[in-house]
Amino acid sequence: MSHFEPRYSYGGDEFIFVEMDEAMSLDANFRAMSITRTLKEKEIPGIMDICPSNASYMVRFIPEEIHPDKLIGELKQIEKSIQSLNDFEIHARIVDVPILFDDPWTHEALMRFRDRHQDPNSTDLEYAARINGFKSKQDLIQAISDSPFLVSMVGFVPGLPWCYQMVPREQQIEVPKYVRPRTYTPERAFGFGGAFAAIYPVQGAGGYQLFGVAAAPIYQKEQTLPDFRDSLVFPKQGDIFRFRSISMDEFEAVRTKVENGTFKYLTKEITFTPDEVIENPRKFSETVLGRLYHD
Amino acid sequence: MINVLKPGIQTTVQDNGRIGFYEIGMPPSGAMDKYSFAMANLLVGNEENAAALEITYMGPELEFRTDTTIALTGGEIPPKVNGEPIPMWETVAVKSGDRLSFDFVKTGARVYLAVAGGIDVPVILGSRSTYTLCGIGGYQGRALQANDVLEIANMHKRPIPPGTRIPAELIPTFAKSHEIRVIMGLCSYRLTEESKRTFLSIDWTVTPEANRVGYRFKGERLSFVPREQPFGAGSNPSNVVDLGYPIGSIQIPDGIEPISLLNDAVTGGGYATVATVISTDLNRMAQIKTNEKVRFVSVTLEEALQARRQTKADIAKARDFIGGN
Repeated sequence: MSHFEPRYSYGGDEFIFVEMDEAMSLDANFRAMSITRTLKEKEIPGIMDICPSNASYMVRFIPEEIHPDKLIGELKQIEKSIQSLNDFEIHARIVDVPILFDDPWTHEALMRFRDRHQDPNSTDLEYAARINGFKSKQDLIQAISDSPFLVSMVGFVPGLPWCYQMVPREQQIEVPKYVRPRTYTPERAFGFGGAFAAIYPVQGAGGYQLFGVAAAPIYQKEQTLPDFRDSLVFPKQGDIFRFRSISMDEFEAVRTKVENGTFKYLTKEITFTPDEVIENPRKFSETVLGRLYHD
Repeated sequence: MINVLKPGIQTTVQDNGRIGFYEIGMPPSGAMDKYSFAMANLLVGNEENAAALEITYMGPELEFRTDTTIALTGGEIPPKVNGEPIPMWETVAVKSGDRLSFDFVKTGARVYLAVAGGIDVPVILGSRSTYTLCGIGGYQGRALQANDVLEIANMHKRPIPPGTRIPAELIPTFAKSHEIRVIMGLCSYRLTEESKRTFLSIDWTVTPEANRVGYRFKGERLSFVPREQPFGAGSNPSNVVDLGYPIGSIQIPDGIEPISLLNDAVTGGGYATVATVISTDLNRMAQIKTNEKVRFVSVTLEEALQARRQTKADIAKARDFIGGN
């Protein structure tokens, strides 16, 4: 447990911002998740948006309907009422997310921006592998695909998932962001920055290290694929993503299915408590992978 | 129907915005200067969320294909119908075949064009606002182009007689230097005390990077309190563990140039935010141009709420006045 005292702050006259911790941890993320879900259930009038993030959260409100100080009072009360994360149950999806690592498209993009990188003589994969103590980029790819990630926050642009690996702190991969952000990142690029993996939903700027490309979309404005019927974004906070390294052949097969409208993510439902993950991530990871591929 | 003959620099369809989807990373979009937007709708008797055109810096050239009333509010980009000047902040009748064009911008940066009934484009997640970055909302998810044809919606409440004018004391004026009120906070603990003082005491110059996503300012380099970066934050002292960005929040990547995030901004990221522009002054931010000067003024929450009440009272006053005509 962290002993950080949460910081409550006004974000102008329409937002309250609450920092649960300065450092990223599953504990901080689950506590923020628990508070924001309790807040949602309370259906307090005047609240416009509840935005959980990695180790913090934010609430947007109409101050004429609820005074910010009254809202802070409510939030502090909810925070106090959550003594333990033991009885906080998360119902989530486990999702198989096929990734083509070291692909030609992100390779071409990252080569265009070597002058903005910490190590212009390596690729992003080679650099990240080296500074994280892996022998090769294959070992880094292996470590990413071995254990699942928690979707700890959704945002930046519609549907971008921040994904935090469910492994003990000492096994966490951490990489810096580009020295100066790129002006171009291909759609569906799979990147890593700080302690987070992410998939860029649409083409745009970006500062994460580029490791590969996701075969299927996570944002679809036309909403033609079955996974997007209810929402134009796929990831939800609390989802568990397993990034599976695939071959070019499988990548092309998935692309064909996406284009003819038949692609559907392999997903399974799971119910778990944060303590299960925090206390024994290895066992939890095995459960997740077993459930996803064998149940 | 309205034919777009020339699109101007950037003309988009906007209403009050896409509210309630921050959680999925969807920014609100919507009219940048909501005060001027509200006044324009009042002048043509529209429902308050009817969509209008937001015109930036250089106006479009439009041809009306119907008899209707229009109103233009916001920054001073002098409008003309068939080459003859027409007033802003006033209900104006136009006839089918009339052409609306604009002179060069004098003050402010954005004009709102409301048409009786509002602009009719598909409603996406509760809003007609354009969000160009992801290509949704508005007219085909983008700014207007020549030969686009806009339909008029039926969000009309009551006819307003041409010549109806917003009372002079409710018409804002836009200067070349601006005081923008902010509430300090969020991650402002990351700035050194000296840098906090600098942030609030110098004139910041608006760079050419100033649009619906955000405004970037040039001034002095600011410093962050040294620390060993917490896990997951990233190595630059301006980095924090990725968090949500309130609308109007100000971040200072690497301490170099502050950026205030606006209607089409990213909803979160890994830079320390240090202050938030109060909701009332977001309207004024929308009217600031490149190279103009901005001074950030720290206010309390109560002062921000008072400013909000004042703005609402002004809009109510205009509504009563117009309704009484």
